Formats: sequence, C-alpha cells, structure tokens
Amino acid sequence: MATVAERLEEIWGEKPGLATWVSTVDHKKLGMKYLYTGFIFFVIGGIESLLMRAQLMRANLNLLEPETYNQLFTMHGVTMMFLFATPVLSGFGNYFVPLMIGARDMAFPRLNAFGYWVFLAAGIFLYSSFLIGEAPNAGWFNYVPLANEDFAPGLNIDFYALGLIFLGVSTTGGAINFIVTAFKMRAPGMSLNRIPIFVWGEIAFAFQVIFALPLLTLASVLLVLERKFDFVFYNPDRGGDPILWQHLFWIFGHPEVYIVVLPAFGLASAIIPTFARHRMIGYTYIVLAELAVAIIGFGVWVHHMFATGLPQMSMSFISAASFMVAIPSGVQVFAWLATLVAGRPVMRTPMLFIFGFIFTFVIGGLTGAMFSAIPFDQATTDSDFVVAHLHYVLFGGAVFPMFAGLYYWLPKMTGKLLDERLGKLSFWLIFVGFNLNMFPLHILGLLGKPRRVYTYGEGLGWEIHNFLSTVGAFILAFGILLTFINWARSARNGEPAGPDPWNGETLEWATTSPPPDYNFEAIPTVRSREPVWAQPELREGPQPPELGGYTLDKGHVTLSTSVLDAQPEAVVHMAHETPWPFLLTVALMVMFYGILIEAWPLAAIGVVASLGGVLGWFWPSGETQET
Amino acid sequence: MRKRLRPELAISLSVLPLAMLGACASDAPSVLEPAGPAAASVERLWWLLFWISFVVFLIVLALMVRALRGRGRIEDAVDDSEVRWGEPFVALAGVVVPWIILTVAFIISLGVMKELATAEESEDLTIEVEGRMWWWEVRYPNGAVTATEIHIPVGERVRIKLTSADVIHSFWVPELQVKLDQVPGRVNELSLQANKPGRYRGQCAEYCGLQHANMIFTVIAEPRAEFDAWVANEAKPTVTAAGSALRGRDVFMDNSCVGCHAVRGTEAGAELGPDLTHLASRSTLGSAILPNTRENLARLITDPQSVKPGVTMPPTSLSSDELNDLLDFLQQLT
Repeated sequence: MATVAERLEEIWGEKPGLATWVSTVDHKKLGMKYLYTGFIFFVIGGIESLLMRAQLMRANLNLLEPETYNQLFTMHGVTMMFLFATPVLSGFGNYFVPLMIGARDMAFPRLNAFGYWVFLAAGIFLYSSFLIGEAPNAGWFNYVPLANEDFAPGLNIDFYALGLIFLGVSTTGGAINFIVTAFKMRAPGMSLNRIPIFVWGEIAFAFQVIFALPLLTLASVLLVLERKFDFVFYNPDRGGDPILWQHLFWIFGHPEVYIVVLPAFGLASAIIPTFARHRMIGYTYIVLAELAVAIIGFGVWVHHMFATGLPQMSMSFISAASFMVAIPSGVQVFAWLATLVAGRPVMRTPMLFIFGFIFTFVIGGLTGAMFSAIPFDQATTDSDFVVAHLHYVLFGGAVFPMFAGLYYWLPKMTGKLLDERLGKLSFWLIFVGFNLNMFPLHILGLLGKPRRVYTYGEGLGWEIHNFLSTVGAFILAFGILLTFINWARSARNGEPAGPDPWNGETLEWATTSPPPDYNFEAIPTVRSREPVWAQPELREGPQPPELGGYTLDKGHVTLSTSVLDAQPEAVVHMAHETPWPFLLTVALMVMFYGILIEAWPLAAIGVVASLGGVLGWFWPSGETQET
Repeated sequence: MRKRLRPELAISLSVLPLAMLGACASDAPSVLEPAGPAAASVERLWWLLFWISFVVFLIVLALMVRALRGRGRIEDAVDDSEVRWGEPFVALAGVVVPWIILTVAFIISLGVMKELATAEESEDLTIEVEGRMWWWEVRYPNGAVTATEIHIPVGERVRIKLTSADVIHSFWVPELQVKLDQVPGRVNELSLQANKPGRYRGQCAEYCGLQHANMIFTVIAEPRAEFDAWVANEAKPTVTAAGSALRGRDVFMDNSCVGCHAVRGTEAGAELGPDLTHLASRSTLGSAILPNTRENLARLITDPQSVKPGVTMPPTSLSSDELNDLLDFLQQLT
C-alpha cells in the first residue's frame, strides 16, 4: 500500500529530461523559467544602459555611434518593460499564486506553458533585429511619424510592432490565467477577504493587462497596416493623425507602469508582515488601494501628452486624476510604515530591500505627483528629470521588491538559503549605486538637459552630474552582479532552508522547499488571513482530513471553489504535460518572421502550422473527466 | 554602535541631494534660473512642490527610522493583536491629508497654467518657428527668414507659432518658457518673453531621430531698436557680390548647394535646407553646434557627416580655389 505522497508523486510527477523541459506544464517549473529568462533580459538591458552611461560620462564622447545609441535606449526601454519587469513578476506570480492559495497548479496549465514559450519567442524575435543591425530605434514609445515608413524605412520598427503584438499574446493569456486561478482555485475557506495581498496584486495586474494591452496591440496592428499595406492612420501628409498613436500608446502605457508596480507592491506586502513579525495593518485599505490604482490608472494617460498642445480643459481633468492616483499609492506606503512601526522589523536582506524600496519609491511617487501639475510637467517632461522619476518609480518600485522577493522566496524555490553577508553587501551597493546613478538626473533635467540625446556639449554645467550618474550605474551593476553570484552559489552549496525559514504567514510555507510536483500533500482548509500563523497544524505536515485537508490522490485533479467564500464546488481535472504549446509557438514565430520580411508563403506556412498546433493541443486525450 | 549609525546615514543621504541641488551651475539653461515671467511662474510652482515633497519625504524617513528602533528576530512570535491606531493612521496619513495637499496643489497649478496661456491678441509680433530634421527655420512677418537664431525684442511678449515639416519636435527654452511640441499637421502657439537682454539656449526636447541631440537653437533678446534694425536687414535680399565672392556665387550655383538652399536676391530659391541669405550674420552653424568660422564652414561643406552624422546635406568636393571663393561668397552674406 503506497503512501499518499507516493501516489501523488505517481500521478503528478514529471519525468526529468529534455522532453519534459519543453513539454512541462508545472507552474513552478514555468515560474522558474520565467524568472531565469526575465533576469537574462535584465542583464542584457542593464548592459545596454551601461553602454549608454559610458557614452554620456563626459561631454562630446564618441564611444557609440548615434544610431547605436538610439537603438540601445529603445531596446533598453522595450527590454526592461516588456521582457524583464512584466515576465519576472509573472514568474513570481506563476510560482507563488497557486502555492499561496493552496492549489495544485494554475487553472490552465497548458495556456501557462504557451505564455512562457511565446514570451521567449517574442524576446528572441525582438533581439534578432540586432543580427541585421536594425533594432528598433524610435524609443520605447515609438512615436509616429518618426516610426512611419517615410522616416524609418528599415525593418527596425517592424521588429518592434510585430514583436509587441506577438508578446501581447503571452501576457494576455497569462492574465486570464491569473484571474481564473485566483478566483476559482483557492483553498476551501480562503474567502475574498483572506486572499494574500500578493495574490490581489496579481489580480489587479491581470485586470489591467486585459483592458490595457489590446490598445497596444491595436496601435501596433494599425502601424503594421500603415507600414506594410499602405493604410493611413497616423501619417499627417495623407490625412492621418500622429497624436492618435500617442493616445493609443499611453492608454496602454500608463497602466503598464502599474502593471509593473502593482504585483511588486504585492511582493512588498507579502514580505513586510513576516519580517515585521506583525500582521499587516490596513489589509482592506491596501486591497482597495490596489484596485483603485488599477481603475484610476486608466484615466491619467494624457499626462504623458501635456506638451502636445491639447486643450486646457481636457488636460485639467487628467491633471486632477493624476493627482488623485497618488492617494492609493500613499495609502499602501503608510500601511506598510504602520506595520513596520507596530512590529519588530528583522533586518535581514529581504527587509533591507523593502526599506530601500520604500525610500526610493516614495521619491519617485513624489516627483510623480509633481508631474500631475501641468505647468511643471510641461517644463520638465522629456528632460532627464522624467528619466530620473521613472527609474525611481520602476527600479525603486519594482526592482527593489523583486530583489527582496528573490531573497525571500529563492529558499522556497531551491530549498537552499542565500548568503546573508553577500546579500547585505549587494543591497548597499545597489542602494547607493542606484541613487548615485539616478538622483543627479533630476538636477540635469532642471538644468535643461533633454532625454534621449547621445551627446552633449561642454560648458553647460552638465558634466559633473553625468559623471556621477555613470559612476553610480557601474556601482549598481556590481551590486546586482553580487546577488546573481549569491544566487548561483546558493543553488550549488547553500544551507538547506527547511520548509519555513522565515516563520512565514501564507500557505507556501506549509509545504516542503522546494515543493513537490503536487504542491501540497493535502489541500488545506483555511480559517484565517494568516493561515500558517493561525493554524499550527499546517506547520506539522499535511493537514489531516478531520481538520479539512483534501488529499485528492485518485487522479490528476485539484479543487475548485466558489468566488466569494471559497466553498468547495468541484474537483477539476488538470492538463498533463504536452509539447503542443511549444510547437504552436514555433509555428507562430514562423508566421511573424514571414510577415516581417513580407515572405507571404512563409507566413502562410506559419498560419497553417499554427492551426495544426491548435488542433493538436485540443485533440481529446481519451481520459474521462471525474468529479 | 552599528544601530546608532544607520538612521544618521539615512538622514545624511537625504541631505546630500539638497546640497547637490544647491550646486547648480549658472551657465546651464536652467529651469531654476528663469529669465522671463512664464519660467518664473514655473520656478515658483517647482519650489512649492519641492518643499511639500521634501516634508512628506522627511515624515516617511522619520517613520522608517522609528521602525528601526524596535528590531526583532525572525524566530520571534508573531504579534497578531489589533493595533488601535493602525487603520485610523492609514486613513489619515494615506487619504485625508494627501487629499487636502493634492487638492491645494492642483488648484495652484491650474492658476499657473492660466498665467502661462497665451494672451491671444496682445502680441504685435508673431514669429513662425518650423522644426526640421535637425534644425529650425525662423520666419518673421516682414519676410525675413533665418535659421537657428530667434531674435526677439526684450521685455515684450512675442507670439511663437510652432509647426513641423517632418516628425514631432519640441520647442524648449528652459530659462524662458515651458516646452511645447511641434506636431506635423498642427499649429501650436506659445508666448515668449525675456526680461533682460541675452542669449538663451533652446533645444529640441522630443526625440526626433539620429541627430536629435544636436538640434539646438538660441533665442537672442535685444533692445527694441537693435531688434528692429536686425529684422529689417534680414528681410532684405543679399548684396551684389563682386570679385572672388562673385566667383564663389557661381560655385554655389554650379554645385549641389543651390538644390537645397535659398539666397534671396539670387536664383537660389530652394527651401529644403536653411535660408542662407544672411548666413554671415549668424553666430553658429549646424543648428548651434559650431561657431560660425571660416574653418567650420569649410568643414561643413566638404564633410558634413563628420560634423553631424546622418544629416541630409551631401558632401561637396571642390578644388581649394573653388572652396575659397565659395567661402568668400558665404562670408559676405551679412
């Protein structure tokens, strides 16, 4: 008679090997893939920024050609927004949302695998542009007419537009998956008001993606039609309007900032209670604030366009909304601070990064509120001040929490602890390096230096700030390198972490590190917002059936529960590993390359192969559903 | 010891930026050294926003330092008691107080926006500035056309009509005004006023391609009489050339120069490149990246790509005699 664990291992285990590497649908393996791939793109984007900072270190340097510089800053933005920040936060979400809500996988495991492969393929597609020296070069917001065929006849912009359309498939699929998972797959008893804030962050993120991303896709499709098929949408010489691109882009683009920041805030909210040894103060405020940001975030896009000459009346409305969106961010900051003051903070590496996050993000948030004031925005937008602001928000608001998350969760993912001294050294280098890198850019902006210039003249008072900024960038890069070294060393010979090295509050700490393929031997019934703190039995192994544990060891199944109160509703069959998402992605990639180089037979092969891929994906496996 | 140090470190880190802000270089085209009424309003708004932000930041910093005073260990039992001050504090510090501050800031900023708005009818001088990749064409009502240098009478509000011939550019003179985009197919308007005579640096602020970094211009504010004399001269056609300059004029007409540039008073009337009728009266070349000297002019003619990579001007190969004659011609275009 096999034990429950053995039976579950039999049902859920994926055989190691190359085939499984391609066909896995395990949210943990996919989550790790997202993290590895996302951080590789982080390194690439970081190297791009170091090259730019080297070029700007002194006046009139000639390290980079102007065209190279322009491609670098464009790809730096595209990479950090689309290929690093969003995927890494999706990676954390993929890995931890099912664990935090006590599920055995995401709701749609194959869609999940598809999302990863499309992300990787779109990243490769975008970067293949460097092979022919025609990387996107019109900035990450790609304004027309500079991106029209008249001014950008090469393939640069086609890589950008098609790459983002392709990538959008991945992000949208992932968002739908997060919403269904968070609403339908929660452990019994985990009613809406007990959902961990990190999961709420992913929910808010997912809803924003679903409403915002179609606009980017639309804008890009119109651009491809205009560039390749002679349609007219943006070209002013033929009756189009270049401002239309800006509206479409920023209705997506501003929510994109929150798409990056909201899950990162969720990460902070996951770490703070554990490391403050105090339950979160203002849970309801934080959740409502995250949802408020997700909604108000759609009403502020025009503040990216205050200098385009729009009517004052319409700008005033957007200005008011932009001031207002500062409030829910402030609510979260003060709830974290209240929790830290009420608790007894443990200054380990994750917490250091959280303090660094609050410090830098608050600076970015305050300058953000300044940009809501129309005249101030008009004075400093498109200057280095805005570059400083957006990095304080995005690096401060997202990268610091991500690094906190790495130090917090890698022990769960690998089962090994990270080195504390190396972690702290890395933090201080990142913190000092970042501020030295980015703070002087505020001043440069006020001193009249526009952004996106590959060079500048002497005698303008811009040299010292640029020099300091470059020094800071290299310190920052070194600090980041130390964390990666720490990560690699820990994976090889770190101390074993045990199931719960931090005395954590949420369900991921109620299983082994790393968790088994089936996550939990018994899907627990939850009676508190902080289940592992409130239910001592969860620390002692699988929850026994008399306390509500569901072993479900008769099939490849997990529990589905009701949206509001998480009452058990059904036992749902989960998909097995399959190579079809991978194959479908390859077919789509063929199609996109076909469109890119206008090789229509190739594109047609891609379309037909994609249909075949969908067919294979949905071909009935012959297994019967059991409930 | 170590525990004592960290809050102080945090505080000194926050003061450092202030010191850096104080060390502003005065030769920069700084938003913080306004030379006109519009920029002065923006500067006042900045300092208001700065001090509000600074106080908020200090409060956050103080709370972080306060939190650091009661450290714990990860093994500590969890405090799951309800904190009575907790949620009221979040509501007050996170909602009520910011709401009041932000509302006040919003109203003040709308007032400043109104101050900046062009008074439609009051200006008697309208200058058209057209953005081109990567230079500026400047046109006056009396027919004067020039490039890169915008002369204005000091102390007067001048209306600037902003257009673009190709992609989106943005007109920014930090010491005088906020920036405003130049969007192809649209006309945007801005008022410009300098309180004292001087040269004010302007630069394109919207990324516009390869040479965005070198799309610079200068606003020259001068007393009304000087301005009147200048603008009257600029409107005139060029003087008749003689001697070597006359030969240089033929070089100009026989080579590709004539295909793009206008010299009013001659047959050269193309509008693709800058109007050169009074080239010698300008102090810079190549959209304010080089001083207007004979050597720089020669370099620009023979090898423009070395001056401004990507510029549409083709190189012109001339014998040294031809080049000298051409330079003589161009240098007498006052």
